[in-house]
Amino acid sequence: MAQLRPSSPLIRIFLLFVLLPHSSLTTAQAIDVADWSALKQQARGQTVYFNAWGGEPRINSYLNWVAQTLEQRFDINLQHVKVADTGETVSKIVAERQAGNDTNGSIDLLWVNGENFAALKQNKLLFGPWAEEQPNFSLVNADRFPEMREDFTVPTDGLESPWTRSQLVFYHDSQWLVEPPQTIAAILDWSTSNPGEFTYPRPPAFLGSTFLKQAVLEISNNDPALFAPVTDDEFQRVTTALWDYLDALHPTLLRAGRYFPNSAAELRRLMGDGEISLALAFNPNEALLSVRTGELPDTVRTYVLQGGTIGNVSFLAIPYNAQHKAAAMITANFLLSIEAQARASDPNHMGSTTVISIEDLDASARQQFDSVSTDLAAASLEELSRKLQEPHPSWTPALERAWIQRYSAR
Amino acid sequence: MLRWASHSLIFLLAAPILLGTFIASLPAFGYFPPLGSSDFSVEAWRKLFDVPGLTRSVLISLISGVLTPLISLTLVFLYLASATGSKLDLWIRRLVSPLLSFPHAAAAFGLAFLIAPSGLFSRIISSGLTGWERPPDILIVNDTWGLSLLFGLIVKEVPFLLLMSLAALPQLQPRYRIEVARTLGYRPTIAWLKVIAPSLYPLVRLPVIAVIVFASATVDVALILGPTLPPTLSVRVLSWFNDPDLNLRFLAAAGSLLQLVVSLIAVAIWLVLEKLVGLLWRFWLAAGNRNTGESLAFVIGRGAMPTVLMVIAGSLLALLTNAFAGPWRFPSAAPSSWTIQHWANSLSDLSAPLFNTVLISVSSTLLALILVAATLESERQSGKGKSTVMWLLYLPLLIPQIVFLFGIIVLTEFAGWQANLSLVIFGHLLFVLPYVFLSFSEAYRQLDPRWTQVASTLGASQLKSFWQIRIPLLLAPILTALAIGMAISISLFLPTQLLGAGRITTITTEAVALTSGASRNLISVWAIVQLSLPIVGFMMALFIPKFIWRNRSGMIDTR
Amino acid sequence: MSNSVLDLKDVRLSLTGKQLLEIDCSVGPGEILTVMGPSGSGKSSLLAYIAGFLAPVFESSGSVLVNGVDICSLAAENRRIGLLFQDPLLFPHLSVAGNLRFAMLSNAKQKSQAISEGLNDIGLAGFDDRDPGTLSGGQASRIALLRLLLSGPNAVLLDEPFSKLDTQLREETRTLVFDKLRASGLPTILVTHDQADAEQAGGEIRTLL
Repeated sequence: MAQLRPSSPLIRIFLLFVLLPHSSLTTAQAIDVADWSALKQQARGQTVYFNAWGGEPRINSYLNWVAQTLEQRFDINLQHVKVADTGETVSKIVAERQAGNDTNGSIDLLWVNGENFAALKQNKLLFGPWAEEQPNFSLVNADRFPEMREDFTVPTDGLESPWTRSQLVFYHDSQWLVEPPQTIAAILDWSTSNPGEFTYPRPPAFLGSTFLKQAVLEISNNDPALFAPVTDDEFQRVTTALWDYLDALHPTLLRAGRYFPNSAAELRRLMGDGEISLALAFNPNEALLSVRTGELPDTVRTYVLQGGTIGNVSFLAIPYNAQHKAAAMITANFLLSIEAQARASDPNHMGSTTVISIEDLDASARQQFDSVSTDLAAASLEELSRKLQEPHPSWTPALERAWIQRYSAR
Repeated sequence: MLRWASHSLIFLLAAPILLGTFIASLPAFGYFPPLGSSDFSVEAWRKLFDVPGLTRSVLISLISGVLTPLISLTLVFLYLASATGSKLDLWIRRLVSPLLSFPHAAAAFGLAFLIAPSGLFSRIISSGLTGWERPPDILIVNDTWGLSLLFGLIVKEVPFLLLMSLAALPQLQPRYRIEVARTLGYRPTIAWLKVIAPSLYPLVRLPVIAVIVFASATVDVALILGPTLPPTLSVRVLSWFNDPDLNLRFLAAAGSLLQLVVSLIAVAIWLVLEKLVGLLWRFWLAAGNRNTGESLAFVIGRGAMPTVLMVIAGSLLALLTNAFAGPWRFPSAAPSSWTIQHWANSLSDLSAPLFNTVLISVSSTLLALILVAATLESERQSGKGKSTVMWLLYLPLLIPQIVFLFGIIVLTEFAGWQANLSLVIFGHLLFVLPYVFLSFSEAYRQLDPRWTQVASTLGASQLKSFWQIRIPLLLAPILTALAIGMAISISLFLPTQLLGAGRITTITTEAVALTSGASRNLISVWAIVQLSLPIVGFMMALFIPKFIWRNRSGMIDTR
Repeated sequence: MSNSVLDLKDVRLSLTGKQLLEIDCSVGPGEILTVMGPSGSGKSSLLAYIAGFLAPVFESSGSVLVNGVDICSLAAENRRIGLLFQDPLLFPHLSVAGNLRFAMLSNAKQKSQAISEGLNDIGLAGFDDRDPGTLSGGQASRIALLRLLLSGPNAVLLDEPFSKLDTQLREETRTLVFDKLRASGLPTILVTHDQADAEQAGGEIRTLL
């Protein structure tokens, strides 16, 4: 999709009408993941096609900065290929494998986790292992934080490198709602007495699916079946109570459940307009970022449900047929650096949560990450430590399909 | 050479569309080698009819397909009946052409930002008139039965049908007929309805059918204003087509064929209605009453156009305020501060799509113009009258875009071609061609033949007189046709989206993609950019001739 | 100076089976043949036939010879027959000089000089860069004539060229046109319904019925 830095129009015209679309200038080069300085050399002059979700302007601007820095320091041309859904990227890689394209993949690096990673790993569509060879990998302290090596219960096996953390948080506008509900069940009670104050994005939007997972985890009391591959029987058994819950919840939602917002951004807009007083997000800093830009009023507060909420790590992976593997690895390593992670966590730039283990840093490095914690609109670190584990990736598409089946036509 | 060009025009118009429609049907019955499937099967249809809410989707598409032209045409006719020749009419006629260049997506966004519970209209009347401190929980935009969609479509199609009617009216000698009717005692509005309308309708039937097809199969307007649970059929087909799971392609193919059927049914319903109304009209005509309904028709007619204009103006205002708004809490009627931050933020994202948009629209329109000019010149030189190309011209407007575009894509996938810019330009060419032809042909055919005769007597060859006499004399109509063609190309969504496989971005595709996520401010910025582009084109069409012919008083009058 | 002869041999024009006109004549160098008749008698169609753009709806027969060569098989632009319409029809997007240049053969030497001389000759010196839209009726007619002459025709057709001019202008222009044409030695056919035109032309008069 749209590129980070479009080349000048003249060059573009030249390329369009003169060069063939299939020109390939790369030769297969031997990649030694252990020799980092050789990789840096190989990476010079390469272009990295980085497929990442493009729906959030802040991320796009941050990646702009990353591109400029990579250009200056490593002579790497980073192109942010905006995708609406990671599934598209997975399909493209699958299609390229089917077409026999094993060396000229159109994607060099992708932002991925969960069922998409599981699918790629299972079908041996990823290059690696390479992640733990990165000089910056030690910063995440994987021994203390095993989630750095595990993606929704599936081991990463060094096939992907951590990039950002996320956690499901709820936020409310304290001028309309002072004591927000602290459990999924409490949400139903409250919504019933205060109809039209809450809604969630329509699955299969990522946030909507996450709400379903959170709900099913709480309602089923962390049923162990959720952490194993899904089967029809288990699915029926575990989700019956979920559908009962949703059947009761939907009529109390905004627009009586006849319309669900499309995304987290739209949900934010609804709160900004005063249409709802409770919303959710997958970026713990989302509310605070929006308060700073004026999108949300300063009465907004973020919190984590009493029993904990789903949290995960999202990663960067390299397809097996990537043309520019060296540059991709340098890029991933840079994104994992203190400098890049600090800037990412700064609400003025991306406002994400870092994967680096801050406590292990020295004082001056630690300072770079100080921008967030004391803001009123943010959830406290203590709250954020209340984490629930993600269910097995196979549950997500199953839940989405079932939701669409039940609620698409009212 | 000339004949070749004009024959290729016909080929270009008809072949891909008919071929595309045919080919779209193949995956519907299981034939799709790229996915490894070549056995005939009706599996896709079974899956299609299992889709939840399919009936509702189909019904909504059908209803919009029939109600949009019904209401739009009624309003247009009532307007013409009640306001022809008045001062109001003078204003309206000047505004109609530019109004048409307001791209669908931008208009839909503007409308959404106007009528939503937290939209401009609501903010203006709150909290003073309504006492609302928070927006009401009413489902307006994206309502389940597609009323917002209908509203948005009507607002867009009324100017279109008005323009088509105005173009067709002169040949009916309306003033003369009305005078005769009035001397027989008929009140003016009734007179128009009884005496002009029956003759005018057949002349605008084709555009009306184009409206039916568009309304029943639109994707971009439905994405912005239409229902979501479930969406219209065309939106669902698009989502199946875009789904990463390639197996859904079969479903998409079946769905697009169903869409074709639905549009055909809508047209059939319309034709039946036409006959019914025709019958009723004849009774009414024969009944001979001259007064009943005059006031009602008059009021609605006079009120219709200004209302539509106000809605469009309101939509534009909504876009403008949102594009420059600082923090803006409901229920304030205006933002607390103004800012250009949203523009600054979008600048870098705008450049690539803007470049593509201009490149694609200029290329496709220029190509279209060349083909049209070649056809018209060939027609002129052969001395034969208007060819039967006319109905072929309307093909892209008579078959739902999603059907034949899908077919063209399947064709390219069979052939192993990659989506690229040339394909997108070709797709745009298909849609631009009818409009360029319509807008340019009259001027071309009406050009005083004596100019070319004089040139011949002075020894100029056909080629020389074409380039040195005809073309310069037609500069203003050429630029207008270019402006219209570019406006059409700029507003296209589906051809770019499908033929470009999502990799070629234009202002329109990006703006529509933003519907699902971005802030109103960002969307407004994009919508305004989208609607400014055609304005630039029309400004050029207006001022370039004035500039070039500034020392040629004989040219300024030439229209 | 031209020495051409224009012959119309058994020229017949019909429309939907009904014969419109029939003519057989010869026009020598410097001679002006006047064809007269009421409206609808086919006068303009005759000229269109000779010039080469008769509408296909007419049926025609006979031959038109210029210096003995039948030009009916030639395309209009190759016939070298000048035509003056009722309106001067100066191309509005070209200057006066532009109009004149358009008429000149591409290998004509020193066009600018020929243009200046020509304008001088008809009393409009210095009008080279003028906008045709600013010219008076008489001026425009003169320039139209000059344009025609500069194109080097072998014969000239006049289709009621003076009918839109007021009486005095009419006389002046008519005199100028006839003088120039006689001096140039070109055979000319004048179509008109004005008796005075016919008399001034001083040549044979044919009347169509």
